[in-house]
Amino acid sequence: MAMIELGGKVYECAPPHSVLEALTAQGEAIPSGCRAGVCQSCLMRCLKGTPPAKSQEGLKTSLVQQGYFLACRCYPESDLTVALGDGPGLRQSAIVVRREMLNRDILALYLRPEAPFAYRPGQFLRLHKEANLSRCYSLASVPEFEDTLELHVRRIPDGRVSGWVHDTLAVGETVEIGDSTGHCFYVPERQDHPVLLLGTGSGLAPLYGIVRDALAQGHHGPVWLYHGSYALEGLYRQAALQELARRYPNFHYVPCVDQTGAAAEALGARTGTVLGALVADHGGFSKARVFLCGNPDMVKDARLKIFLGGASMADIFADPFLPSGS
Amino acid sequence: MSLYEQLGGDAAVNAAVDIFYRKVLQDDRISRFFVGVDMDKQAAKQKAFLTMAFGGPNSYTGLDMRRGHAHLVAQGLNDSHFDAVVEDLAATLKELGVSDALIGQVAAVAETTRNDILGK
Ligand SMILES: Cc1cc2nc3c(=O)[nH]c(=O)nc-3n(C[C@H](O)[C@H](O)[C@H](O)COP(=O)(O)OP(=O)(O)OC[C@H]3O[C@@H](n4cnc5c(N)ncnc54)[C@H](O)[C@@H]3O)c2cc1C
Ligand code: HEM
Repeated sequence: MAMIELGGKVYECAPPHSVLEALTAQGEAIPSGCRAGVCQSCLMRCLKGTPPAKSQEGLKTSLVQQGYFLACRCYPESDLTVALGDGPGLRQSAIVVRREMLNRDILALYLRPEAPFAYRPGQFLRLHKEANLSRCYSLASVPEFEDTLELHVRRIPDGRVSGWVHDTLAVGETVEIGDSTGHCFYVPERQDHPVLLLGTGSGLAPLYGIVRDALAQGHHGPVWLYHGSYALEGLYRQAALQELARRYPNFHYVPCVDQTGAAAEALGARTGTVLGALVADHGGFSKARVFLCGNPDMVKDARLKIFLGGASMADIFADPFLPSGS
Repeated sequence: MSLYEQLGGDAAVNAAVDIFYRKVLQDDRISRFFVGVDMDKQAAKQKAFLTMAFGGPNSYTGLDMRRGHAHLVAQGLNDSHFDAVVEDLAATLKELGVSDALIGQVAAVAETTRNDILGK
């Protein structure tokens, strides 16, 4: 058992509970989201003691050096003094410069950060609505091409943050954003191997960044992008992706919809799920680098299928768009 | 040379992890214990498992193993499941061209954890 000190109070934390579970069970309000080490909502800072290495996996070196750790991944073996992690310096301001509806329920939000904002296409940032309410959104922009940050926000019924973005947030307003995080991005290695990208709904956002980045960095192996939606009108950015496919013969864009019909075929859209289309097109996945974004069930099924089909676990990068646990 | 070094150390673990995990997920006798476990995190745990079974450096105690598998014992984890894991492990090493003598040593290391894993 370890003792955790927060704001002058001391709490017990014993297996199998994480610091997040122990503190919230004992009445502390700690922001949290996916509770799986992905979204970084529960970022805390260690002031005394050493957080376990596992609680710092995936964090930027600069954060690790400052003692930041993820409370949901922290199973301490020794006593720690901790503070809420959302200190200044992790956030910065950005101005809303443009809004554009991409389809009936997905809005492109363009932000200009007030200070330089470093990121790789496909990473995500945290958009703050108010002190204790924020959500993750993936970056669709590429820093080498665009000087604004582009997010694709899908409207969730009764969604506290997505609803606010859609209905209230106006051009010219200033919002707070957190650092870029996540490991869904392209690195220029094994450039002759296949790259497979699967996304549903606004899961296209990170993929739209990654695919343009990979092609611009000279990836010359086959690149396949599968974008799935419930119906044709749920697809977006088709023209831009088709244009990209014309420019890069190694790039294949495959829109997939759950509906049949002449209109879908005219667009070259496939019927069925992204995973179904992928499996139909490819015999196996060894050597492939894979990016999966959007619907958590799709991500889970695709990960298993693609791994069993021969891809290495280390080559599968995934951002399930998990809802926040509040 | 230690068993871990003879097998090829960390590189051997990396080579084995995908093959072993694929076998486990497709092994009807034990796959149910692994469904629902987040695959991302599971990959790191598989590495920890293999490093341990290869006699490599790890900081797990018997008590950790007991605690770490207690929820599985509650779901019915027993000797037959343990044997299946050891079998999949041996098949993985065989596929990687490891000698039978070394495979026997790995099985012996795994055997030392049986009582803790099964909460006996
Ligand atoms: C790493 C990461 C990246 C993400 N990137 C994006 C992105 O690029 N674009 C994007 O649009 N979203 C993205 N998300 C999801 C986003 O962070 C929010 O979860 C989402 O916008 C809902 O937040 P909200 O405050 O509007 O809804 P909440 O107020 O949190 O939820 C309102 C209600 O809707 C339910 N709900 C939440 N999400 C869903 C859902 N997907 N489907 C059905 N019901 C739901 C909740 O359980 C709750 O009952 C990402 C999530 C993660 C973890
Ligand atoms: C052969 C001896 C075994 C050893 C040395 C061993 C070792 C380990 C180790 C080191 C971990 C990671 C712990 C952590 O870091 O969290 C782990 C987790 C796990 N093991 Fe084993 N294990 C053994 C047998 C088994 C068996 C027989 C099963 C089931 C058939 C099993 C199922 C699991 C599962 C499901 C997890 C993940 C638990 C979770 O995160 O929920 N193990 N094991």
